[in-house]
Order: sequence, then C-alpha cells, then structure tokens
Amino acid sequence: MAASGTTVDRRGTDEFIKGLWKENPVFVQLLGMCPVLAVTNTAMNALAMGLATMFVLVMSNLVVSSLRRFIPKQVRIATFILVIATFVTVVDYVIAAISLELHKALGAFIALIVVNCLILGRSEAFASKNTVGMSLMDGLGMGVGFAFALFCLGSVREILGSGSLFGIELFHAGFQDWVMMVLPSGGFFTLAGWLLLFNWLKKRKQTREQQVAAAQEVA
Amino acid sequence: MNGDPLWSIFLNACLINNFVLAYFLGICPFLGVSGKLATATRMGGAVTFVMLVSSTCAFGINLALNAIDAPYLKLISFIAVIASTVQLVEMFIKKVSPALFRALGIFLPLITTNCAILGLALFQTNKAYSFIQCIFYALGAGLGFTLALILMAGLREKLDLMAVPDVVRGAALTLMLAGLLSIAFMGFAGLGG
Repeated sequence: MAASGTTVDRRGTDEFIKGLWKENPVFVQLLGMCPVLAVTNTAMNALAMGLATMFVLVMSNLVVSSLRRFIPKQVRIATFILVIATFVTVVDYVIAAISLELHKALGAFIALIVVNCLILGRSEAFASKNTVGMSLMDGLGMGVGFAFALFCLGSVREILGSGSLFGIELFHAGFQDWVMMVLPSGGFFTLAGWLLLFNWLKKRKQTREQQVAAAQEVA
Repeated sequence: MNGDPLWSIFLNACLINNFVLAYFLGICPFLGVSGKLATATRMGGAVTFVMLVSSTCAFGINLALNAIDAPYLKLISFIAVIASTVQLVEMFIKKVSPALFRALGIFLPLITTNCAILGLALFQTNKAYSFIQCIFYALGAGLGFTLALILMAGLREKLDLMAVPDVVRGAALTLMLAGLLSIAFMGFAGLGG
C-alpha cells in the first residue's frame, strides 16, 4: 500500500480523470459502440443509458476487485460475465419499476449492457489487478466519461433531428427537422462528426507543438 | 405464438431491419473485422453458425425458465449458454479443421461479446417465435450480418487506395461509410411489410 494518504488521493483522482478525457471510452477507445449509436436518438434516452451503464460498471468493478484473489484464472472471464449479468438484471428491473416508458424506449439495450465490451474490458484490465478503492474510482471515471459521450451524441441528434432538448422545443415553428439524424444513419454521422472534431483538435495541437519545437531549435 | 410467415421473418432480419445497420448490434466486429474481404467472410460464417446454435438453445432455455417460473434468470442463462456454445464451437473446429481454426484466430472467442447474438436471443423471446420461426430468424440475422460485413470490407479495401484528408482517416471515415450504407439499407423498408 502507498505510504501516505495524499499519494493515494492523488492516484485516485488520476484514475477518475483519465476516464473523462484522456482515455474516454467512446471518443478515444471506441468501446461499447452499440448502445452509443442505438439509444442516443434523444438526450433523455442517452443520459438514462449512460447512468445505467455507469451503475453496472461501478458495481461490477467493486465486486470483481474485492473477489480478485478468489477467482481462478482459467474461468475469470465467465465469472466476470456472470457478475455483470447479475447487476444488469437488477438495473433492468429497477428501470422498469421507475419508468415503464423509458424501459420501452431503451428496449433490449438495457439487457445488452451485459455484452458492452467496456465493462468486461475494465473488469479484465483494471479491477482484477487493483484495490477496491482504485477500482471504484476507475469505474466512476469511465462511467462518467461514457455517460458524457452518450449525452454529447444524444443532445446533438435530438436538437437537429427533433428541434428540441429533453423534450423542450428550442426553435420556432418554421424549423425543418433533420429527420435523418434520429434514424440509424444519423447515429453513425454524428459520432463521425465528433471524432472528426477531436481528430482535428489533436492534429492542431501536434502541429503547434512541432512549430514551437522548431522555433526553439532555431533560437 | 407469432403468426408472421417465414419468408417475412427472414427478409426482415436480413435486409429491412438489418442487425448491424438498423439495430446497431454487433458494431464492434463490424468496425474491427471489416478491413479485409477474406476475414470478413469467415467472420460472418462463424457468427451465423453461433447464432443458429445459440438461438436453438435460447428457445429451449426460455421454455424451461417459463416452466419453473423464473424469468429473471433469463439474461444470466442466455449469456452462459452463448459463452459455452462459443467455447464448444472453438473446440469442435480445432479438432475437425485446424487450418480453419488458425484462420479465424482471435475472432472466435470474441464472438461471445458480440451483442448481435445475445440480441437475437432476446428478440426472439420477446416476439414469441415458434421453433421453426426462430431458426429462420437466426438464419436471416446471420446472413444480414455477413452481408453488411462483406459490403463494408469491399468498400474499405477500395478506400484504402484513395487520397483522403489526414483528419478523416481511421474511425471517422469508417463511421461515415457505415452511415451511407445504413441509408442505402433504408431503401429496403416496406419490402416485406
């Protein structure tokens, strides 16, 4: 264990922050694409899906990391999947109890959180090797990053596709909805657009750094 | 019981509501394995086979779970069956044809986390299909997945030779391509009703 409390805190924050931006599961790692594209036709659906996934991610990270010494190596993947499936069943029934309408809108995609590669990936790559506290921070960071990305897509698609956000009309009556944005193809295009934006920002930063380095060399 | 005719179920799963381009199931292999035509074809074949087997198993499990009145175990038992089916297929192929086993490589175990397969099992339960209908549904979904994968791989092989801006290269380009394919598949709407 770490010697002092402050270093533990620092590492915990780092684990949390990395999921938000530098290792964002959707925009950087391209994990868990199916729900990202399928349920982001409105901002509300996207947010609900993000929160549900975050809950499963945090809980499965907690359980896997606390059981990591007892799980035999050969059957670890099967064990992880069963742990995840248990929490997904819980989420499925909770959402149905809270709002039947939302449950219908998300459809089979709540059950399909089981096969979200992000969750299994974090169990395998992080929770099975780290302490409970670190896994909690990792799960929270990745979960918030995932929910944030889903919200980014959902809000763009809802604003352009239905002219509203969270069901509130944004434009005057003359606004022509871009129906394509709420159809499946719109999901692909919106994600491509966000990726383009991030690629462009990265490229710009790289060229700036190169220019600065070149200028320093000349000087 | 569901009264849909078999041809309509097949067409629906294969073209109109294509699992990849309309339902967004199995996007990870769709983006990951669609770089080369040859691997795409093999992957499609393997997925279709696992779909058929797991769809049959899921039908049996659903009957059993309904009989003992425990629908909340559905998800856990489906995923357990799919994982073991994939394992079984892996061992079977390894024994019968080592050449094919080497060719498929890492794609075989990855089929477990392909959401198209779990999705298929869940949808057929929701729609209350009969056994024969399930088989046709699985066949249609598998062929639809293979078709989407092959189309995508063909396009990407061509695009590799094109001059595109640096910023677009990679995932963004692939996603835009998928979006265009998805629009094309919308043209099938209304085909089978």
